[in-house]
Amino acid sequence: MTIRTLLAATLVAASLGGALVAAPAVAEDGHAPQPPRQKWSYAGVFGSFDQGQLQRGFQVYKEVCSACHSMKLVAFRNLAEPGGPGYSAAQVKALAATYQVKDGPNDSGEMFERPGRPADRFPPPFPNDQAAAAANGGKAPPDFSVLAKARTYERGFPWFVLDALPFTGYAEQGVDYIHALLVGYEEPPKGTEVPDGGHYNKYYPGHIIAMPNPISDGQVSYPKGDDGQPVVPETVDQYAKDVAAFMAWAAEPHMMARKALGLRVILFLIILAGLLYYVKKRVWADVGGETHGLQPELHKTF
Amino acid sequence: MSAHGNTYVPRSRLAKWFESRLPIVGLVHSSFVAFPVPRNLTYFWTFGAILIAFLGIQIITGVWLAMHYEPSAKGAFDSVEHIMRDVNYGWLLRYAHANGASMFFVAVYVHIFRNLYYGSYKAPREVLYILGVVIYLLMMATAFLGYTLPWGQMSYWGATVITNILAAIPVVGDTIQSLLWGGYSVGNPTVNRFFSLHFLLPWMIAGVVVLHVWALHVTGQNNPTGIPIKSSKDAVPFTPYATIKDVFAVVVFMILFAWFIFYQPNYLGHADNYVPANPAVTPAHIVPEWYFLPFYAILRAVPSKLGGVILMFSAVLILALAPWLDTSRVRSCNYRPIYRQFFWVFVGVCIILGWLGAKPPEGGYVIASQICTAYYFAHFLIVMPLVGLFETPTPLPGSILESVTGPGKQVSGSGMPAGAAAAPTTKG
Repeated sequence: MTIRTLLAATLVAASLGGALVAAPAVAEDGHAPQPPRQKWSYAGVFGSFDQGQLQRGFQVYKEVCSACHSMKLVAFRNLAEPGGPGYSAAQVKALAATYQVKDGPNDSGEMFERPGRPADRFPPPFPNDQAAAAANGGKAPPDFSVLAKARTYERGFPWFVLDALPFTGYAEQGVDYIHALLVGYEEPPKGTEVPDGGHYNKYYPGHIIAMPNPISDGQVSYPKGDDGQPVVPETVDQYAKDVAAFMAWAAEPHMMARKALGLRVILFLIILAGLLYYVKKRVWADVGGETHGLQPELHKTF
Repeated sequence: MSAHGNTYVPRSRLAKWFESRLPIVGLVHSSFVAFPVPRNLTYFWTFGAILIAFLGIQIITGVWLAMHYEPSAKGAFDSVEHIMRDVNYGWLLRYAHANGASMFFVAVYVHIFRNLYYGSYKAPREVLYILGVVIYLLMMATAFLGYTLPWGQMSYWGATVITNILAAIPVVGDTIQSLLWGGYSVGNPTVNRFFSLHFLLPWMIAGVVVLHVWALHVTGQNNPTGIPIKSSKDAVPFTPYATIKDVFAVVVFMILFAWFIFYQPNYLGHADNYVPANPAVTPAHIVPEWYFLPFYAILRAVPSKLGGVILMFSAVLILALAPWLDTSRVRSCNYRPIYRQFFWVFVGVCIILGWLGAKPPEGGYVIASQICTAYYFAHFLIVMPLVGLFETPTPLPGSILESVTGPGKQVSGSGMPAGAAAAPTTKG
């Protein structure tokens, strides 16, 4: 079963099948364009979150998105945990206290509101999904907790194969889509009817999205550098990148720990495999060596 | 496993005392230490060990996950996220379990295609092989049940599609469906039941694996030449030769596994499954996990629901008939120049079916699915019986040893005690 035979067989078979399906594949055109690929500091094996970006992204979430979008699975304390935005415990405590959290029932059986504590999760902007839907034209805005992992776009062959591999790997489809969506609001092309309560977005599948354009240039004031200028431009593009990066962290708060452990595990396995290979060679030497490769017998000429 | 005698000699008095009461150490010794292994096995023969490793990994990570998982429609999704966020190394357990399932199937597909290529299913290994098909079926059931547990959109709608399929079975279909549902639709009792069944089936797999290994050690392993062990020079003892090779292969496979866990943990899943289950919203495309895609394409190839169900189950069950459909006297494709070409076309068709399973069931995709489905069955029902009758195999080597060294050459000893390898050959 050599690789060459496998490839040849697959190609022959694929061209047989491909000829038949070429027509519908082309006919499907007219879907949303692919989101442009952005550079993310945390992409790849050695990537790590940019703390400043996560803090700015959180600021955008807090000042803009959180008016409609909940983030129910994320706790205030997460903001101070390693591999995240890097707030101090004291900052998180002060931040939590600015929220009112529903608690209870108390000894007299009453529910009550109290200032938030770091262990609390972010309180949602609406008491339930129905209220959220009613306030937003019939559709509840999705929760932010795992949204960065819940969105993607189709890459198609052969890209999806390359996406799985080292060096060409790509796991940031969700954030690229979110960034594209936020910068994708534009005038509908001529002849496109936009129904009431709908908005035209270049990157949304089907183009008609319920969410109105949520953010505009200069809407959020970013921290200033020494020169009195914002550290990064206060543009929709930058807001979109920052909030998407923050959402990637919210969806996967242990990503840094995962990548760091992965490197150690894989290096360990490679070294162990190397040592085992030589042990095996030594063991088999007693019986005149083993057969090598996957299919050596096929290439023998005797 | 006593088919080839017990070569274990207990040394200490305690070991002698124990062995005369329960000869389990001798059993393990004859199966995993003294067992004669053809000396020409390639790395395609290490996937059995890889599969056993993955069964272990899945059970260990699964038991741990079950300690934190909440099997209810309300709590399932959040409890999985609780594991990902709050449980110590919960993200590792869950990603290992989810990707472990995929790796399990990667390994089982290599194992199955290796079997088909080298004719390992042929006499005297029919029962061994059918036990393997049973394990494969149980694996598919377990994987399907497991995928429903996070209770995301794909979980919910996958469960809906598959349980609706079962309802197409005449007479008992409706009963099976409502038993699985625990009500009149997929809902809270369904998650609860599926969790229970998902916990049960792996132990059944483990049980059949024991039978599979037992049957293997009665007939002995096939090998790339397909000819049986004829003398002790053809074989080496399982330990250390096969043991060290298996351990090495398992570790190499773990590198692939680790890559997916740590750097592409969601690559093999679906983004839609991070959207909580919502009976009111149907996902744009309901697609099963990649390892089911060829069967999904077969299911959707015919417009009739019952027809699709019959074809889909037949596609798996027809595997069990291979020992009787294949008429060739030669096992290994290495000596079957014509069937070898058909084998690779069959592999290609399975890959295309997988690709078609991921596409929407419309237009040319359906036609392509129908052609590939027809070819899939034709391979078993037409190609296998006919090619075996008409093909002239190339000459087989005189022995396994000869295939390794060339005719008439001598090598140093096999490490097998003389005569130890004789037993399996009498049945080969």
